[in-house]
Amino acid sequence: MNETVEKKSLGQIFMNGILDENPTFRLVLGTCPTLAVTTSVENGIGMGLAATFVLVGSNYVVSLLKNFIPDEVRIPGYVVIIATFVTVAQLLMQAYLPDLNASLGLFVPLIVVNCIILARAEAFANKNSALHSVMDGLGMGLGFTLAITLISAIREILGGGTFLGHSLFGEGFEPMTFFALAPGGFIIFGLMIAIVNWLSTKFKRSVN
Amino acid sequence: MELAASSGGFRIFLMLISAVFCNNFVLARFLGCCPFLGVSKTVGGAVGMGLAVTFVMGLASLFTTMVQLYILNPLNMAYMQTIAFILVIAALVQFVEMFMKKAMPPLYRSLGIYLPLITTNCAVLGVTILNINSSYGLLESVLNGVFSALGFLLAIVLMAGINERLATAKISPILTGFPISLVTAGLMSIAFLGFSGMIR
Repeated sequence: MNETVEKKSLGQIFMNGILDENPTFRLVLGTCPTLAVTTSVENGIGMGLAATFVLVGSNYVVSLLKNFIPDEVRIPGYVVIIATFVTVAQLLMQAYLPDLNASLGLFVPLIVVNCIILARAEAFANKNSALHSVMDGLGMGLGFTLAITLISAIREILGGGTFLGHSLFGEGFEPMTFFALAPGGFIIFGLMIAIVNWLSTKFKRSVN
Repeated sequence: MELAASSGGFRIFLMLISAVFCNNFVLARFLGCCPFLGVSKTVGGAVGMGLAVTFVMGLASLFTTMVQLYILNPLNMAYMQTIAFILVIAALVQFVEMFMKKAMPPLYRSLGIYLPLITTNCAVLGVTILNINSSYGLLESVLNGVFSALGFLLAIVLMAGINERLATAKISPILTGFPISLVTAGLMSIAFLGFSGMIR
């Protein structure tokens, strides 16, 4: 993932985050929010978009400042930049989406230590132009959003019998609460990675 | 049993049981999953990481609660919490690393490699924010930090023991690595689910 990719087009950088290097399923970064907030689709989308906002903002600022931050203190520098954007996101959510903010709770400030964001600052934004970095942030962020929305859809449908709060199966359905609890999160996430691995080996074989 | 209604030594005992078993940081709260899944390959390494985290979480709880109570609250700057806390933690980890390098070289050689990873361990920032949200005082914050870290230590050491066995097991290639670790963690989490609700 150590690329200096001025030759790659913006579209390729964007798709890279969504497919080839999907942060959740391929790089397996940011596991804590992936497991913790995926109990409902609404939480999944909210967390994904908040992380995307922070990722795009921090990638942009890091790539602008890459020649000014001394190498020895670059990590603390990145952390301050990321924390600033997280605070902005936190205040905006408190003001305009108080319900979502309450259900994500602790995991909104914890976007600061989401490894995806620091990893992209270090591996990509540090070496590439502002426009490419924004595109990378957008791709990675949406890749993360899609992945956790998918996991939360499975968990919400199986664990609660609902999708975005709408009941799917009517009165007679007994939801499998297991999937909404902590163990279900671990197991569904593990099986999803296994399925993605299986699909990628199958796909490669058919290409060869 | 009710945690809120208890007092004195019994309360501390309940806090310990609650943090280690009922609300285990990794298996029930999903904090500190990255080192849990990434680092716990050998039992020795897991114990080292766990002890380093325990030390940092205790100290971080003390300093961040002090920052919140004596700096941010009087100045009405609670919205700076996230930035202030992560800076305190990053600086603290740096100082602990420098201090250990000078004063305790043997300990540094065994724990030192884990220290830089701790800044981005969400268990540390997580516990400091939880301390404030539960309006703990200084002593209770430190105790909560240390107890929660012991829960992390327990989970990561158990996981490392299982991973040592898994290394020699025959596993389908699509399940090797993260998928099997996650499913194992799920099974461990079911076991810990049995403790939930014991202490409210």
